Amino acid sequence: MGMLIKKAGILTTVQDLGREGYSRLGINPGGVLDRAAARLLNVLVGNEEGAALIETHFPAVEVQFDSKCEIAVGGADLTPCINGREVSNWTVHTIAKGDVLKFRAKRLGNRAYIAVSGGVKVPEWLGSSSTNLRAVAGGFDGRRLVAGDAVKIGRCGNTKSLQGKAISHSLRPCYGGFPKVRVIDGGESFLLSKDTRKTFTTSPFKVTPESDRMGFRLSGPKLPMKKNYEMVTSAAAFGTVQLLPDGQLVVLMADHQTTGGYPRIATLISADLPLLAQLGPGDKLTFDFVTIDEAESLSLDFERDLNLLKLALNAR
Amino acid sequence: MKYRIFPLSENALTIEFGNEISPDLNDRAMTVADAIADAGLPGLIEASPAYSSVTVFYDLSAVKRASAGMTAFAFLSSAIDSIVRKARKAGRAVEKTVEIPLRIGKEFSLDLEYIASERGVSPDEVIEIFLSRTYRVYMLGFLPGFAYMGDVDERIATGRRATPRLKVPKGSVAIAGRQTGIYPFESPGGWQVIGRTSLEMFEPSKKNPCRVEPGDGVRFVIE
Repeated sequence: MGMLIKKAGILTTVQDLGREGYSRLGINPGGVLDRAAARLLNVLVGNEEGAALIETHFPAVEVQFDSKCEIAVGGADLTPCINGREVSNWTVHTIAKGDVLKFRAKRLGNRAYIAVSGGVKVPEWLGSSSTNLRAVAGGFDGRRLVAGDAVKIGRCGNTKSLQGKAISHSLRPCYGGFPKVRVIDGGESFLLSKDTRKTFTTSPFKVTPESDRMGFRLSGPKLPMKKNYEMVTSAAAFGTVQLLPDGQLVVLMADHQTTGGYPRIATLISADLPLLAQLGPGDKLTFDFVTIDEAESLSLDFERDLNLLKLALNAR
Repeated sequence: MKYRIFPLSENALTIEFGNEISPDLNDRAMTVADAIADAGLPGLIEASPAYSSVTVFYDLSAVKRASAGMTAFAFLSSAIDSIVRKARKAGRAVEKTVEIPLRIGKEFSLDLEYIASERGVSPDEVIEIFLSRTYRVYMLGFLPGFAYMGDVDERIATGRRATPRLKVPKGSVAIAGRQTGIYPFESPGGWQVIGRTSLEMFEPSKKNPCRVEPGDGVRFVIE
């Protein structure tokens, strides 16, 4: 059971929530850029939330399914169409053998996910199906998908059809064109003066074209450091905001390296990472500091919502 | 012994013992990382040492369930304070020493001439000095299997290239200041390349995919 890639799009890969536990070997966890979308869609189609799925950027992938299955797409709204007919995001659709899924136009956000009941099936590497493009390991042969690839799907474990089940609007991430993203202090926040902190939290920053799965390079007002500080290489996370020597910022994303040598002046809270993850070149954002307490609470709020969703979907 | 603990994210915290490359700080980092891994902390995913810090990755929900009214960060920080206090103070033994065959020559030693002229030492002397030490593997990072090793002799230590290469050949053995490293596969990079090894430093299909790990010793020998 599987899908045939008819058109690969600009970057389409097999991902899940990444491989944790190997930082000491320099092996970065990787995984999807938009963890909220991936988890919601997997739960919706009856999968474990960490099941493998397809991440596609725009221009997006075009796939043909070779057997009956059930899918849901979401994350960015890239105008999904099945056999030429537009279908809803965040909704389960029953797929017949031969059906073709494509994405016609970008309406909101920049990367979409295809979750399939049964999950995408690739050999696991270090306990995960995510693609490590740099190491050429994991996912589909460690590389992006190309036309002609046949991607296997696991056996669907659902006892009945989920056709039409949908994620309610209140649970869907609030993607927007100019989001405020919340951050906590980083390891080297002490390098920012009060004034610089104010500039950081009151200025718009723009996502530049030099942005990819490893990091989003931003442009905005130059942020000076209080003093010269040579940082010894230390850990970095998905969401770490680095201050570069030229006074500009980089936010590390899903394919970030395990360590870095640039000052970490803030870290995005996980609740707001999906908002940043769906931005593209030209989009703007602002930052706002919150406490670790608030950051943890917001993260746990999502966990709670996801659990409620699982209960609601199971209680049919 | 001083240290600070700060959140790296809601799912990780970092214990920083200092901001320098020193065998003592690195020993401390590795010893504490091991002690944390063995402490049976709730929700622990990994305790990973770097030069002079340890980062602890955890499952926020699992820690929060154990932490009563505190934040997960405060709860773990408190537990880690105890662990650090009790951790062994003595230095560590080297885990294992790995011999790396090194090829020298025009094709492999891309920056050897530069290093030699910068430091006022002949290329042969650069190599002789480079081969004369056993290097400590301080940490892995930057790439899967990329080992940060040291300390390179002052006489040949040379800073990074002004302009990084878009493609450093796989296996390249290189220097940046008093650090040395081996590129496990082709990658962009700014370190000064003095030679190349044919040894696979990273093999994803193996159970232990990295040839060297933190705490190992490394010697280079001419192939």
